[in-house]
Parts: sequence; C-alpha cells; structure tokens
Amino acid sequence: MSAARTLFQKVWERHEVVPQTADTPAVLFIDLHLIHEVTTPQAFTVLRERGLKVRRPDLTIGTMDHSTPTRTEQVFGGKPISIASAANQVRQLELNCTEFGVELMNLQSDKRGIVHVIGPELGATQPGKTIVCGDSHTSTHGAFGALAFGIGTTEVGHVLATQCLLQTRAKTLAINVTGRLRPGVTAKDLVLAIIGRIGVGGGTGHVIEFRGEGIRALNMDERMTVCNMSIEAGARAGMVAPDAVTFEYLKGRPRAPQGAAWDAAVADWNTLVSDPGAVFDREVTLDASTVEPMITWGTHPGMVAAVTGSVPATSTDPVFERALTYMGFTAGQKLAGSPVNVVFIGSCTNSRLTDLRAAAGVLKGHRIAAGVQMLVVPGSQQIKKLAEAEGLDRIFIDAGAEWRESGCSMCLGMNGDTVEKGQYSLSTSNRNFEGRQGVGARTLLASPLTAAASAVRGVITDPRELLQD
Amino acid sequence: MEPIQSITSRTVVLPRTDIDTDQIIPARFLRTTSREGLGKQLFADWRYLADGSPNPDFELNRPEAQGCKVLVGGRNFGCGSSREHAPWALLDHGILAVISSEFADIFRSNALKNGLVPVIVDDATLQWLLANPGVEVTIDLATSTLRLPGGKSVTFPIEPFARFCLMQGVDQLGYLLLKDAEITAYEKQRA
Repeated sequence: MSAARTLFQKVWERHEVVPQTADTPAVLFIDLHLIHEVTTPQAFTVLRERGLKVRRPDLTIGTMDHSTPTRTEQVFGGKPISIASAANQVRQLELNCTEFGVELMNLQSDKRGIVHVIGPELGATQPGKTIVCGDSHTSTHGAFGALAFGIGTTEVGHVLATQCLLQTRAKTLAINVTGRLRPGVTAKDLVLAIIGRIGVGGGTGHVIEFRGEGIRALNMDERMTVCNMSIEAGARAGMVAPDAVTFEYLKGRPRAPQGAAWDAAVADWNTLVSDPGAVFDREVTLDASTVEPMITWGTHPGMVAAVTGSVPATSTDPVFERALTYMGFTAGQKLAGSPVNVVFIGSCTNSRLTDLRAAAGVLKGHRIAAGVQMLVVPGSQQIKKLAEAEGLDRIFIDAGAEWRESGCSMCLGMNGDTVEKGQYSLSTSNRNFEGRQGVGARTLLASPLTAAASAVRGVITDPRELLQD
Repeated sequence: MEPIQSITSRTVVLPRTDIDTDQIIPARFLRTTSREGLGKQLFADWRYLADGSPNPDFELNRPEAQGCKVLVGGRNFGCGSSREHAPWALLDHGILAVISSEFADIFRSNALKNGLVPVIVDDATLQWLLANPGVEVTIDLATSTLRLPGGKSVTFPIEPFARFCLMQGVDQLGYLLLKDAEITAYEKQRA
C-alpha cells in the first residue's frame, strides 16, 4: 500500500520527467505556459540567438495586460498607445508570437484580459495541471487544484524551448479554514487575515493547500482571490482541491474537455485530493467566522488590520516606523474615517464578475464622494461584456466611476494608470509596497465591498454599514 | 555565464526587512525588451530625489559604498514580483552577491540563473553584518562558506546543482536541452 500523499505531491509526481536526486533538481513537465508582453521579450531573444523553437506552441497562450492602456481609444483605435515603450512591448509580443507560432490574444481580441483571469475563463486552467507564467500571481490558478507558480524570464525561456523546468520540491503548508465567512466579509479579507497571521515570509519555500469548510464554501472567483495572494505570504504556490464547485465552473468552457472526455477528466480530477492521513510539513488553522473586513495600513500585505481597528500602537517589525512615515499614519491611529483619494477596483486579485457585482451592489443608488477618483477595470474583455450585459457598467458610471478596458491597470504603475504622490489609494489589488501604484502613492488593500463603501463615504468605511442601508 | 569561485568585497548594507522587487526596480522600468543597462534604475525610488539627483542619505550612494560587490539586506529579501529585472539590475550595478537570512523563492531562483549569489545566513550573523557595514567578506563557493573579519566563518546552504552551475558557469537551458529524449518519452506516454 502506498503512503498517503498530499494534493501537491500527486500533481508533482505526475509531472516528473526526471525525478529529483540528491544532486540534481527534478525535470518537471509544464502543461500550460501563459505568456505576456513584459517578461517574455528577453526569453524570445535567447531562443533566436540559439536557433531554438517553441517546443509546444499548443501548450502556450499569449495575452497582453501589464503595460497595456485601459482607455478605450488607445485599445481600439483613435489614439495611439500613449507610452511608446509600452507600444513597443505590445508590438514585440505580436512579432514574437507570429514568428514562433504561439496563439496570442492581441490588444483588440475579445478573449484578451489579465493573464490569470483568461486562463480559467477559457477553461485552459484545469485541475492537476502544472501551470507557469512569468508573473508571481500565477498562484491564482491553484484554485483549481493545479500546481501553478510564477517564474522569471530565464525560466520562461526554458519552458518555451523544452516545455520543462528544473525544480526542487517545495515543502507543504496546510491552512485549515474552519467556519464560514460572515456577511460583508469576503475571500479578500480571509486571505489578508491569513497573511497577517503567518507573515509575508510565512510561506517561503512552501506550497500552501487551503482546506476546510471555510474554503469549500467559496466559489471559484473567491478561491482564486485566496490563491492569488499566496505569493504575498511568500508561498511558491497555493492550491485548493477540486470539487463539484470547480467542475461546475469549468463545464462547457471552450478549452475544457467535452463529452466522454469530460466524464473521464472529472473521474480523474476527483482523485486530486490530499489523502486522509497525508502529512504536511506545517499546518495552520484559522476560523473564517472570526474574520472581519480587513485593510492594510503599511507597506507590505502583512501590515493589516480590521477595518474597524487601528494601526498597531507598537510593532516588532523593524520597518514599522518607516512604513508609518511613508503612509502618513501614526501608531495607534483608527483606520475607519481616514481619507481616501483614489479607489481602484480591478487586478488579478479582484476583477472578476462576482467582484464587480459585489462592488456595484454597494454603489447602486449612491454617488462616490466629492474629490474621490474611482477606476473600475474588469479582468478581461469577456468579463467586461458580461458586466455590461447586467448593467453593472451603468451603476459604476452613474456613481461617478470610470469604466475601462481590461488590464492590470492601477495595480502597478507601468501602464499610465497611476496614483499621485501622497494620495491614499484604496485598492482591491495585491501589493501595497512603496511606489507600487506610482511614485509616493499610498496603497490601502481591501475587498471590493470595502473599496466601494469607502468610495461612497470618501473615507475608509466598514462595508457592513452600507450593506445594512 | 562566467564561472564564479569566490567573491571578496566590502559590504554595502540596507538595514531593512522585506525589501521587495518593486523597490529593487520599480515597475515603470519594466517596459524594456532588453536585459541590459538596468543598473541605473536599481532602487530608483530610494536612490534618487524627485529632481533626479542622487539621494545622499541612501546607503548605496555613500562614498564608502562605491565598488562594493556584496549587498547585505534584511530578512525576506526580494519578496514580491517575479521580475528577473531585479537580479539583472543588481548585477548591472556591480552587485555579485546578496546576503540575508531569508530570500523570496522566485528572486532566489532568478538570482542563481544569472550568477548573482544568494547567501543565506543565520539571524545572529545577519544582525552582526547589518550592524557592521563595510566589513570585508569572502564568499567561497567551493566550501559554501562566508568568511567574516577576524577569522570567523559560517557555511551557507546552497543546492549542489545550483553551486555546480555557478562554479562552472553552466547554463541550465543547455542542461535541459540534453534531456530531450526523456522529455519526448514523457510526452509520448502522456499522449
């Protein structure tokens, strides 16, 4: 009888082309390689220099999202892309994908979107796959029971040329989530609470498996939000074992198996669970029913508190004082009621249809506060279309927000959507590092509910106050 | 990649924890299609004042930091994004090794593939290095040893394969391409 194995172990062992030894890493086969304009040009250059081809263009999908504009006229014509270096990256990716025979969702494609949004949306992200991309938030795809992680550009080149990576097996960390989230508390709050608990380096060297009732109760969009931010705890990847919720999401999607192949796939996917008695290197337990709406107050995602709470009075974090100075906060300061200048709803963390519905639900019938700028950026062109079909765009526009074309947008200040120095940006994205949204920008990470409620009031607001209205 | 046997240098110290890759090189500098010349953008938001002049208070700008090849940073160095531009920028600036008590996984992997040596030390050693900037250290790969002033030395963990690649200047893509028969067999068995 074979020993009990974890989900991670099962997926890993299926993909060992050459197993790891004491002296050499494993050669691991990659089932899906997602590429985008920012982290691939130098990899294609290496292929060209060495006369290599893309080994498996059929397992490679390209999109453009990071440096692309979100203004309609720059995406669909009428005006050029305002940043010349961004336009050059877009053109370079088109040239590279044409030359090497890789499928590309180009700027005007209705299948384009943030790389971690379109993989699942197309049904290309599936349980048991190994999925990589030159982007740290590749951990998102682990929500389907895939082993998905971010890689650097050299490794992008390795996968393009060989469809394999040299990898050393990570340790495993089980995060057991008991209980269920209360109304007004979201998956974003849950993952922020987890990072607050284990720290921004708490998952380093590990693959996290999120388990328990609190995870099983989440829909796929919510599971993606949780796995997305695994990397903010330093983890190599985050995973959730696939179940009926996963299968329901995938069924009928363009690249999901169809007919008899679907039934066979589901039978196989049902085996992708950690066996009873499987041993994790570490375990952490957290009760979802005790989680409050959360917001970050500092310059990394572990500097986080309840929206109803305060900046800590003291901290053992050596960069505590520095973070407070950067953020313009004082130790012990109450968070609710603190001013907000910009609200951003979007990013690979929180730009999916259910995120937009949640935000629109709070905004409906309200105007955003005077002086607040609000940007709503759907994760993909498909989500944009679905949201418009439901009239969500009207709710955002009527409230005074801007409704844009899909992309990474204000999550990282490299595509023209930036936050001014000193401004407070309440953002549904994933990183509150110094300068992340623009030089000197002050980022407060929170859920779409908290973002929308704070936009209405113009100050950090517990969304439950508006949900009761 | 040039083979590396050992690195001897004075240290430049950044006494901060959780130094993320957005600090090492901000996202607005990633709109390049080349890996060259990123050194001038290394730590751009800390290193330069609003008018573009060097910030005299920033550790890398101090006279004694010039020519230092070894950077010492606080715990969880390189957290955040997967951008390989981070090790490219460090190397282009002339940094050949980084010492910390913990590195983010993707940064460490990227560093090793470019000949930037990540040296993991225990917390006590790190605290000593953070408190004593500018000391001369030697990183010896053959023995996986960091030699400190006064004859003291500590060993650091590094996978045998990664160390071999650094010391021989081996390009890992070349190694993977040699596995073509195994990869083809795997693809056939899975098809």
